[in-house]
Amino acid sequence: MKKTRILDGKDLDIVIHRLAHQILEKNKSTKNLCFIGIQRRGVYLAERIKHIIERVEKAKIPFGVMDVTLYRDDLALSSVTPEARKTNLDFDINKKTVILVDDVLFTGRTIRAALDEIMDFGRPKSIQLVVLVDRGNRELPIKPDFTGKEITTSLKEHVKLHLRETDGKDELWLVREE
Amino acid sequence: MLNKKHLLGIKDLSKEEIEEILNQAKVFKEVSQRQVKKTPALRGKTVVNLFFEPSTRTRISFELAAKRLSADVINVASQSSSLVKGESLIDTLQNIEALSCDIAIVRHTVAGTPHILAEHTHACVVNAGDGSNEHPTQGLLDMFTVKERLGTLQNLNVVIVGDILHSRVARSNVWGFLKFGCGITLCAPPTLIPRDIDEEQGVGVSYDLAGSLKKADVVIMLRIQRERQATHFFPSLREYVRYFSLNDTTAKALGKNTLVLHPGPVNWDTEISSSLKERLSPLILDQVTNGLAVRMAVLYLLSLRKEQKR
Repeated sequence: MKKTRILDGKDLDIVIHRLAHQILEKNKSTKNLCFIGIQRRGVYLAERIKHIIERVEKAKIPFGVMDVTLYRDDLALSSVTPEARKTNLDFDINKKTVILVDDVLFTGRTIRAALDEIMDFGRPKSIQLVVLVDRGNRELPIKPDFTGKEITTSLKEHVKLHLRETDGKDELWLVREE
Repeated sequence: MLNKKHLLGIKDLSKEEIEEILNQAKVFKEVSQRQVKKTPALRGKTVVNLFFEPSTRTRISFELAAKRLSADVINVASQSSSLVKGESLIDTLQNIEALSCDIAIVRHTVAGTPHILAEHTHACVVNAGDGSNEHPTQGLLDMFTVKERLGTLQNLNVVIVGDILHSRVARSNVWGFLKFGCGITLCAPPTLIPRDIDEEQGVGVSYDLAGSLKKADVVIMLRIQRERQATHFFPSLREYVRYFSLNDTTAKALGKNTLVLHPGPVNWDTEISSSLKERLSPLILDQVTNGLAVRMAVLYLLSLRKEQKR
């Protein structure tokens, strides 16, 4: 197994700041904006991006967390029962612009599940997808609006994002199986 | 991972399997608090409620659980079915199976019926109460309620009060709580206690309600059926109520954090005095909410396992 560190804590911080400003640039203001982070690491990323934007615009943005486990299409393929976490959207998403945040975009199936789940809560005006890493190998026609880093990977490789909140340190790793 | 095709009794479940169901139920309790109380987990699956014994609450709970998982539900009640015309139990099930049902929820007055049906069907069978044998989802929801409130199921002192002899709820709870090292006391007049209680297994018997309540972490009050009086299980309902009901006097023995559960419906002023209604109702109603979450978890896990084995 070969591990390569692609981004360290400082690099990640710069990327997150850049994403926050790109989101602001596209949306011009925070009016009708809301954040939804996909469990688990998407939630912490969304929080960080939200804080940056809130600081710049001096406005509060509604924040929700979403667990997509029950909407996945591959539940039967795993031999372990997937553990579902909390979903909490305590605001009305109708007519809002949803900034959907996840850490790694791969096949696109997680985002498909997230879109279905969001639609069960109402009809947003639009959904914009923010991902920290796009590792290619899409199986569904899903495209991010804002990308932190694009990495071309093979199926023998894994992209692992570590965050302070979940893993103690901010780092992005590429792991290659031998 | 739930390693069972059917849920026939808590007796056959391992401690880990129980914990998995309870963890999953926690997730589904949250789903029931969303604006859109549905997940597509059982979409396209068919669930059949086969109730050969009348029931409103349990049947509605299972029906709602299945619907919230996006399953299609059929209800078969014995009085209105062809069983009245003399169709045998197994024939009924196989006819229903010809419609490709995935899960059959069975309640029957005769113990062992779900077990027999399980041998004659491709569907997953869930026991919703078979005679006096078991009512596993009730036991599971009681354990879920206790775990939620007390944080643990390990080594608790559980007292079950009432018509133990005829109670499938009592039996399911005994099997369940024993797996977590709990001490269990059955409290009832001698006529309502089954014979051959094995004290070594951790199950004791007491005829002293106040004494048992003093050390209890969890108290499960069972319904007293008035018919029992007519069949001489106790001299009079009044005498039973005097010695074995939870009232202002006996309730004084309850600890501050002791939980009082009841499978419902409560006969107020029989097993529990109505003066305690305000204090005890909230938890009893919470049991109903938890029942829905637990049943969703059971249907989900059984269905998932069936998919994985395909």
